[in-house]
Amino acid sequence: MKEPATLAPESGTSHPMDELLRMDRIPHIWCPTCGLGTVVTAFAAALEKLELPLDDVAVVSGIGCTGRVAGYIKVDSFHTTHGRALPFATGLHLTNPKLKVVVISGDGDLVSIGGNHFIHSARRNVDITVVCVNNFIYAMTGGQVAPTTPLTANASTMPYGNYERPFNIPYLAESSGAVYVARWSALHVRRLTTAIAEALAKPGFSVVEVISPCSTLYSRRNRLGTGLDLMKFYHDNCVIKHDADTRDLDIGFQKEIVVGKFVDIERPTYVDSMNEWYGSVFGDDYEPYEGSVK
Amino acid sequence: MTADPKGVLTGEHYLDGDHAAAEGALAAGCRFFAGYPITPSTEVAERIAARFPKVGGIFVQMEDELASMAAILGGSWAGAKSMTVTSGPGFSLMMENLGLGLMMEVPTVIVNVQRGGPSTGLPTLPGQADIMQARWGSHGDYEIIAVSPSSPQEAFDHTIMAFNFAEKYRVPTLVMMDECVGHMTEKIVVPQPEDIEIVPRKWYEGKVGDYLPYEVDEKDMIPWMVKAGDGHRFHTTGLTHDERGYPVMNADCQEKCVGRLVDKIRKRVEDIVVLEEDEMDGAEVVVVSYGISSRVAIPAIERARRDGMKVGSLRLVTVWPFPDFRIRELAPKVKSFVIPEINYGQLYYEIERCAGGQAKTILVPHGGGWVHDDQDIYDAIKEGAK
Repeated sequence: MKEPATLAPESGTSHPMDELLRMDRIPHIWCPTCGLGTVVTAFAAALEKLELPLDDVAVVSGIGCTGRVAGYIKVDSFHTTHGRALPFATGLHLTNPKLKVVVISGDGDLVSIGGNHFIHSARRNVDITVVCVNNFIYAMTGGQVAPTTPLTANASTMPYGNYERPFNIPYLAESSGAVYVARWSALHVRRLTTAIAEALAKPGFSVVEVISPCSTLYSRRNRLGTGLDLMKFYHDNCVIKHDADTRDLDIGFQKEIVVGKFVDIERPTYVDSMNEWYGSVFGDDYEPYEGSVK
Repeated sequence: MTADPKGVLTGEHYLDGDHAAAEGALAAGCRFFAGYPITPSTEVAERIAARFPKVGGIFVQMEDELASMAAILGGSWAGAKSMTVTSGPGFSLMMENLGLGLMMEVPTVIVNVQRGGPSTGLPTLPGQADIMQARWGSHGDYEIIAVSPSSPQEAFDHTIMAFNFAEKYRVPTLVMMDECVGHMTEKIVVPQPEDIEIVPRKWYEGKVGDYLPYEVDEKDMIPWMVKAGDGHRFHTTGLTHDERGYPVMNADCQEKCVGRLVDKIRKRVEDIVVLEEDEMDGAEVVVVSYGISSRVAIPAIERARRDGMKVGSLRLVTVWPFPDFRIRELAPKVKSFVIPEINYGQLYYEIERCAGGQAKTILVPHGGGWVHDDQDIYDAIKEGAK
């Protein structure tokens, strides 16, 4: 098999995202009309907006379509195991707190196989930003039911329609302890960028859910049309309700999707709590972590 | 180089094996620990939780062993010497991310204080039945390094040894203790820091921009490492990858990538293996043992010698990689190998394989829950001497 083709810019031309993307890995593996390109663009724009030095950013992904994000972004990037991006990121963050550690992964990765890690990372309030790309289905493996699949929607392992109640991710995040929670769709590029920037700037566990079109599997199985049709659906059916009660954010099949910023509170981070507590217990005898192999 | 004095509790102590392993980790420079409570290993975590705030370490109790293993990989990539500790059920959960550590070549140490299994088994009683899981427990093909202490002193010494192996070979390294060693209390001597040899990480020292995370040093087959946040903006993955760390899905890359993971250990087995041999010259029966079973075998060996039998002792300090070469050398010269282990035959099959029919191989099995009765080992030696 041949290596993927390299789309290096022609001489004299460049792409605004050259600095952020591993151009030697483009073209990516995602389907046409997938929302992941938009998510990556919004993430890049958010980094630019915050003027974060790229050397101080690390991206950790799990497995799945979104799991491939880590491989395309030119920062220290870790493509880990299914569901384990958050604990891996926790180790990375705790041993280098100056890094801005971002977990970009899918709904199945983060709230199914990684669900336990999600709630405990939120509980600890580790200073990690999560971008959870929710396409309502397991796409990489061919369209199986996810813990986010709306009731009655069709999936290859729910061939007669889904009867399992899905998670409401913002509610899960808030009730577990996240300090920043927002939901936008891949259509809301500007607002999504702002939300990711706010989440990155927020100390503590921040979660941005992105409702993202999967025309290859979710849409095809449910006869929802093309990726463009899905974007039109978001346009007509997403309702912005900032500060909405997260208990009211369930997503029904082809029903209204409430988007907005729902949680933005202050709570000491894990590292701050640890340093403050040990400082009070041990005084000058407390030796905070310096962090490197000698 | 030698140990950072900050973590070294120089002097004589009266400690159990679990606490001694914790001190070994501190002396080796471990400054990140992620773990989950499980009997009979919890005391390692407790000791580290108590000691770390005063030596600049970070202890975190994770939500489970999946998370613990994943967290120490992240910690190691950020540059901290990292460790976790567990027992059978938790060891099973760690297999997934142990594989990621092997694939990404992350120096880390995992202590398994073995108890009786399978499943919940005997939480408070010893076993040695995870020895094959240590070798083959994660899916796919790999080589790994494991040591097996038989006393609190060795729990200290071998944990340092494990960190040194982990750094030298860029491989997660296992300390395969058992409940007896973990909970027996004996005197241990912690040396002066300058007398503790520490193998430094193989840092990349080239320019930013030129770093290839899996470019191989032909001398030792080990890639150079950097710390996350140092500006190299590298990528690493659990997928089969090329020297850039990029996934490449084909048989050629699999051969290069996984072939090297195997070869970096397999081609240097004789450099890695640590054995302790006693009265091997002219031995007719060789007792091959590891961990607590090597101590239990001592009275049986001594009694057999008093009774006129020519018995050698071959103790595996490193159980993995397996010392094929030594068993093959001995097989034509001896009548038999006697193998006491607290399981129904695990390393026994390795010895049988290497003996190749040239010497008898006699298993002294024990289901777990306690150590062997030395009479059983004596009887096996007598049988082997016939």
